[in-house]
Amino acid sequence: MSNSSTALLLATAFSTAIAATMVPVANADGMKMMTKEQMMQTRAANQKRAMAQKLEKCFGVALKGHNDCYAGAGTTCAGTSSADYQGNAFKLVAHGTCTTMHTPKGDGSLTPKA
Amino acid sequence: MPATAESGLPAPPLHERQRAFADAILNPALAAPAGLLGPDGVASAHRFGVYRNNVVMGLIHLLEDKFPAVLRLVGTPFFQAMAQAFVLSCPPQSPILLQYGGQFPDFIARFTPARELPYLADVARIEQAYLEAYHAEDADALDPSAFLAIAPQDFDRLHLQLHPSVQVLSCTGPALRIWQMNVGDEPLQPVDLGEAQCVLVSRPEALVELREIQGSSEVFISSLLDQASVVTALQRALAADPEFDLSANLAGLLEAQCIVGFGFAPPDVKRNDP
Repeated sequence: MSNSSTALLLATAFSTAIAATMVPVANADGMKMMTKEQMMQTRAANQKRAMAQKLEKCFGVALKGHNDCYAGAGTTCAGTSSADYQGNAFKLVAHGTCTTMHTPKGDGSLTPKA
Repeated sequence: MPATAESGLPAPPLHERQRAFADAILNPALAAPAGLLGPDGVASAHRFGVYRNNVVMGLIHLLEDKFPAVLRLVGTPFFQAMAQAFVLSCPPQSPILLQYGGQFPDFIARFTPARELPYLADVARIEQAYLEAYHAEDADALDPSAFLAIAPQDFDRLHLQLHPSVQVLSCTGPALRIWQMNVGDEPLQPVDLGEAQCVLVSRPEALVELREIQGSSEVFISSLLDQASVVTALQRALAADPEFDLSANLAGLLEAQCIVGFGFAPPDVKRNDP
């Protein structure tokens, strides 16, 4: 692979990737590209969504139970306080939730035993 | 020269006494350091025992807080015993406890009683990476259109600068799935221990994000983290998997807001490896 063909390959890959990033929703026929104006609107909307998820309160509870702020659809820091998480964990602890996984083959399971 | 009250001999130098004090804290077999007096003026092995216990238990509780999924997987008694062995063999090297526990995953991997749980060290690595990403430096993601300004012939010298929070992990089992199930993110269900997962860890905004990635993507991203050029990273990824899709991986990195800059030589500033 010569240098110039490598460069071309990369340039193509980047433009494909950028197009994919900028046009998250394809039009009905799946082929038509968005206008630049539409692209900007989509990006602005994405940006707004991203900013909306920036929850400053997360920092206050970070040290205790860092999973409180775990990024997942619809998760908020308010809904999963440190105390909730800990209590929940305690309730569900089976001494080794993995006891059923000891067999390397077959019925591996994480379901805690009653 | 000051003399000890009991013997009349000269007191040992301060650094020796400090060393003896530190050794005795981490080794319960050692007696309380000589010359240590309580407020009543009397030496008390019991008082020292309380202090020793608090130091070790404090660090164990710190590890419990940092590694909740590991704790849940093995239960409190096992975790505390394992954490105690770690604390005694690897005491903090820095007064910043935020950084303590970085060697815990490797310790777990060597800890014989945990050998039956081959995924445990990887689950700990995920928890450690999560915290490192959480506390990593902030950086703004690059606008993808910035790449449009690069002349096509320059792409073979291109280096990417990834977000300071970015890490990739190559696990020997389904460690990400097990972690997700044990932090309450997914319901508990059977797993296939033969499934080796690779993970991309990042924190583009306030929240840490974990994504499962392909093995070749792990090779690609870790090459970029090692400051390899995009071409070199691509070649390594293709060696790992001839089907490696460069544009899909670039799109993934852009969408995950993991790319913060680029250049045509390795970046000057070396990444801080925690």
